[in-house]
Parts: sequence; structure tokens; C-alpha cells
Amino acid sequence: MITLAHYIILSAVLFGIGIFGILTRRNAIGILMSLELLFNAVNINMVAFSRFLAPEGAYGELFTIFIITVAAAESILGLAIILAIYRSRKVLNADEMNLMKW
Amino acid sequence: MGILSIAGIATAILPFLAFLVIVAFTKKFKMTSALVSIGAVGLAFLTACFILYSQIINPVASSFNIPWMYIANIELNLGVMVNQLTAIMLFIVTFVSMLVQIYSIGYMHGDEGFSKFFAFISLFTFSMLGIVISNNLMQIYIFWELVGLSSYLLIGFWYFKPEASDAAKKAFVVNRVGDFGFLLGILMVTFRAGTFDFIKVVEFVKSGAIDPGTLTVIALLLFCGAAGKSAQFPLHVWLPDAMEGPTPVSALIHAATMVAAGVFMVARLYGIFSLSPQAMNIIAYTGAFTAIFAASIALVQDDIKRILAYSTLSQLGYMILALGAGGYTAGMFHLTTHAFFKALLFLGAGSVIHSVGTNDIWRMGGLHKKMPITSITMLIATLAISGIWPFAGFWSKDEILVTLFNSGHIVLYYVAVVTAFMTAFYMFRLYLVTFTGKESGHENHAHESPLTMTVPLMILAVFSIFAGLVGMPGHAFNISKFIYFGEMESPAPMNMRIAYASSAVAVAGIAIAFIIYFLKAVKAGDLKKNAGPVYTLLKNKYYIDEIYLFFIRNIFFAITETIKWFDRNIVDGLVNFTAWLVRQGGDKLRRATTGSVQTYALVIFSGMLVVIIAFAIYSPDLLKIIGGR
Repeated sequence: MITLAHYIILSAVLFGIGIFGILTRRNAIGILMSLELLFNAVNINMVAFSRFLAPEGAYGELFTIFIITVAAAESILGLAIILAIYRSRKVLNADEMNLMKW
Repeated sequence: MGILSIAGIATAILPFLAFLVIVAFTKKFKMTSALVSIGAVGLAFLTACFILYSQIINPVASSFNIPWMYIANIELNLGVMVNQLTAIMLFIVTFVSMLVQIYSIGYMHGDEGFSKFFAFISLFTFSMLGIVISNNLMQIYIFWELVGLSSYLLIGFWYFKPEASDAAKKAFVVNRVGDFGFLLGILMVTFRAGTFDFIKVVEFVKSGAIDPGTLTVIALLLFCGAAGKSAQFPLHVWLPDAMEGPTPVSALIHAATMVAAGVFMVARLYGIFSLSPQAMNIIAYTGAFTAIFAASIALVQDDIKRILAYSTLSQLGYMILALGAGGYTAGMFHLTTHAFFKALLFLGAGSVIHSVGTNDIWRMGGLHKKMPITSITMLIATLAISGIWPFAGFWSKDEILVTLFNSGHIVLYYVAVVTAFMTAFYMFRLYLVTFTGKESGHENHAHESPLTMTVPLMILAVFSIFAGLVGMPGHAFNISKFIYFGEMESPAPMNMRIAYASSAVAVAGIAIAFIIYFLKAVKAGDLKKNAGPVYTLLKNKYYIDEIYLFFIRNIFFAITETIKWFDRNIVDGLVNFTAWLVRQGGDKLRRATTGSVQTYALVIFSGMLVVIIAFAIYSPDLLKIIGGR
């Protein structure tokens, strides 16, 4: 029997991997990809909670679809920014993108 | 709003309009400016005459108010009050101001600031008229300060002369001392009475709601203001220095627009003063002291304008003395007659200075032949101020002496008599040294002044002769039937003994001056030597200025230095420390902005962890959800 806990653990693991990726990856595109993992961890949570706590509606699923849409748009935006930075400065390394440093 | 109130406003506003027009439009056209100013004050004089006339035939007070604002539930109005006192003051102020302005065309001829001069004089006249028509304490205080401002502008009119700008500052600062007391007095009485209105305040005080001690304090604080403006001891020091201004300004200040304000204010608030016998006594003694003190200084001064300045101080002391001794009518009467002959004396002195080019009376002499009109009008004014029958000064001085005598102030009476003696002496010393005797050669180019200057002299001379007749006891138009406080009293019958006594001392004073300065039977130089230390003391004006300077330099500056140190080090130190703290804090916190995305992500993530852990500790129920119930 698969319970809510299983889904949440899966989501937590996914989230942990995502956070780890964001904090450790040097490559900006890698960070962006890790970010997508976070979204998906949230999506799993949504669907799981919706299924187990409020089975009479499909609210979680509905929100998930929105999130996927927004996440797609957002990653395009992120990619565009990274591309622009790459074009002008020839760097993909997040450590070297520190123009805003004090 | 009665016609009288409208006329009152018009009288005050006209000079102000002239001021605005001159400043805005006619500054470049000298003669136009003068005509605008004189035209305005001339119209104001006509309305003042109308007011005086209607008050004489029908003495009914007229007043009205425009609500302005509320201060802590106390209604503050802009208002006008026209009664007999207002009427006579409006007449004096506009009349003297008009003559002074006509005179100024000649006197200020060729001065660069000709237009500016007329603008300031208009402003000055407006301020004084504002005081006169005010019907509440706050409004009178506003105009009071305006008078201070315009006198500052006019005394310092030749601001490029250091003495003039110093004198202007001195006048302003000394007046501030008095005004501060005045303001305190106003606030004290207003917050008890709950109104600024003169009539209501006086009613409130009359009802006995203020205990006598407090009332005395209030009266004395209000009197501080009068002492400042009317230059009573110990705030008299500004007036002699104010001589640095152009002579017409001195005439205006001394006769109508400034020093009269203090006396007028005491008369206006007589309902408050008269209820406090202690305050009245202090006022009377202050006046008496100022009268004899200033007269004694005037005995030895050499500057023609300074002699007149000290004589003004002395005469103001007379007025204040009269008011303090209960002689409301006598005080105001002397103010009226004094306005005419003092304006005349100053304008005459101006005429002399204008032609000789010096203020020192010892460098004049024998001017009678060169300047007959000035000489004769000056002689009339000198006789008037000396109190010779039947000139104006005789009647008003006599009235004051009668008041003092009848009210039982015998000491003050003798002080006043001695002052009258000194007055006659120093005024004739001034006249004889200036106009008679040898021509001192210096004034070879001396000449009679132009008509614009001599005509005002002649008009004032007529008034100096006849203005006193309204105070002649026993006829129907006696001034005491017009200007009185409380119930109208029948004028005191002429006391022949007092009249003879005052005439005798005046004649004695004149005779001694005649012997010394005309016949030269006694050499003035010998007198100086014999008087020795007394002469030095008087010559240096009792060292009052020096004493003040000593106090300011040694005590006042010591205090201010301490306060300055406190401000520079403690107050500024605290402010700078706060700034330093913020700056240092900001500098440290700045380092958090690393510019690295991953640092930010780490901070966000750690924050989230903290929140979750906090939830786990303080609200474990939320975590139960995860366990699926």
C-alpha cells in the first residue's frame, strides 16, 4: 500500500536533490535545471495532497497544470537571461556573474 | 461694520498700499514714489480727521471683528476698535507722518535710497496705525513687532555706516527684551481670560478673577513691552543711538510712530494697569526716574540730535509717570502736545544739520540770521517743551503736575518739577548755542532750507503754540471731556500755585542758560572743570552702556559659551554618533550583498529550514498532516 508519506518522501528527496543542485552546480544552466526539480517536487506534493486529503475534487491537479505552464515560461526567461549574459561576457559560471557585488 | 471702522481700516491700509506700490512699481521714479507715499498718508490724514471729528460730536466706540483662527479654543480675530483714544492717535500719527514725509522730500533730496526711504516710512506709518486700531492683544503684538522691524529698517537706512547698522541692531535687540515681557504678559492674561479682545480682557480682570499678585505680574510684564518701545529706564539705551538714522526718521520715531506706541499701549490697557496699585506705582516711579535721569544726561551732551533724544526720553518718562500716577488724560495730553513740538524740534534740527553738515552744537552758532524760519520755529518748540505759557507744553506739563500733586505723589511731583527746570535749561542751551552768538565760520555756506522743509516746520510751530489750548481748564472743549478713563470727570480746576511754580522753574532754567550761553557771564568751560566727576558721569550717560557691555561680555557671554560648548559637543556629538553608527552598520551589512546567486539561494533555503523547524517545535500539529493523520 502506497501512502501519502511515500509521495511526500519522494517529493522531499526530489526537493533535496534540487536544492543540492542549486547550491553546488557551477553552471548556470545546471542551476536552472535543478530549479525545475524543485517545481516538480512541489507538483508531486500538490497532486498527492489533493488525492489523499481532498479526493472529491481535482484542485491539486489543476494547480499543477498551472505550475507546469508557468515553470515552462519561467525557464525560457531564465535561459534567455543566461544566453544574454553568455553573449556579452562569455561566461556560464554562476560564480563569475557577480556584477552586483557590493 | 460701522462707517468709523471702515474709516479706521482705510487710515491704516492706505500707507501700506503706498508701500506696496512703491516697492512694486515706482521704485525707479523718485518723485512719483514720494508723491504716492505722501498722497496715501494725506488721504489717511483726511480719514483720521473725519474719525476725530465724528468722535468729538458723537463719542461712540465702533468696532468689528473678522474671525481668523482658533488657538486652543481661544478665538483670534482681526479687528478694529475706534474710540476717542484711537481717534486722537490716528490724527497725531497721520499728521506728523504726513509733515515728516513732505519735509523728507527736501531732506532726502539726492539720496540714492529716496524711493526706498518713502516705502519704509509708509510701512512704519502703517505699522503704527495698525497698533492704534487694533482691538485685541495678539493683533497689537503683531503690529508691535512690525513697528520694531520698520524702525530697524529706517534706523539702519544708511546701512553702509557701521554706526547706523549697529544702532539698528541695538534698537531691535533692546526692543526684543521688552517685547518678550510683553508677549509673556499677553499669554498670561489671555490664558486666564480665554480671549485676546481688549474689552473682554479688561472686563475679566475687573471681575476680580485674577488674584492681585498675579495681576501685578501681568501688568508689569505688559509694561515691559511699553518700557522697550517707549524707551524707559533700563531699556532706554537704544533711543539715543537711533539718532544714526536720517533726521526725519528720528522725528517720526520720537513724535508719533514708535515711542508713542508704549504710552499708547499703557493707555489702551489702562483697565488692567489701573487695577494693580503696585504696578501703577512701579510704572510711575520708572517714569519719574527716566524723566530726571534722561534730563540730567541731556544737560551735557554736545550732539544736537542726542540732546533731543534724551529730552524725548525725559518727556516719555513724564507721560509714563502721569499714567502711573492715574493721570490718564494728562499722559495722553502730553503725548499729543509733545508729538507736535518734538517733531518740530527734530525737523528743525534736521534743517540745521542739512545746511551745516555737522551734529555738534559747538560748531554751529549764529545761525539765526542765516536760517530765520528754522530759528524762529525752533524757538517756539523750545519754549513749548520748556513749558512756557501759553505754549502747548505748558498746559500738558501743568496737567501732569496737577495730577501728581492732587494724587498725593509729592516726591514724584518734585522730581517732575526739577525735571522741568532741567528741560528748560538744556533746551535753551541747545537753542542759544546753535542759533545765537558768534558765527563759528564753519557755517559760512549755511542757508535756509527749501520750502518743502520749512513749511512743515511752520505748520508744526502753529500746533506747538495752540495745541495746548484744548487743555486749558475751564472751557467747553477741554481735552479731559474727550480723553478720559472710566467715568468722565470734570477737569481739575487750574491750580495757580502749581502753574506759577512750574513757570518759575522753567523761567529759572531759561535764565541760567541765558546767563551762561548768551551773556557768557560764566564760562561753560569753568562749569565743566568745577563739576568735574559729575560732568564726566553725565557726559558718559551714567556709564549705562558700559555696564551693559560689561555684563554682556563677562556674564552673558560666559553663559552662552557654556551653552555653545554643550551644543557643539554634546548635542552635535549625539547626532554625529547616530550617523556614525548607521554608517558603520551599513558598511558591515553591505558585505552580505555578494552578488553570487548561490549565496542568496543558500540564505533563502536556510531561512526556509528555520521556519520549518520553528513550526515543528511550536506547532507540531501541522506536521501530523504529513503522517497522514
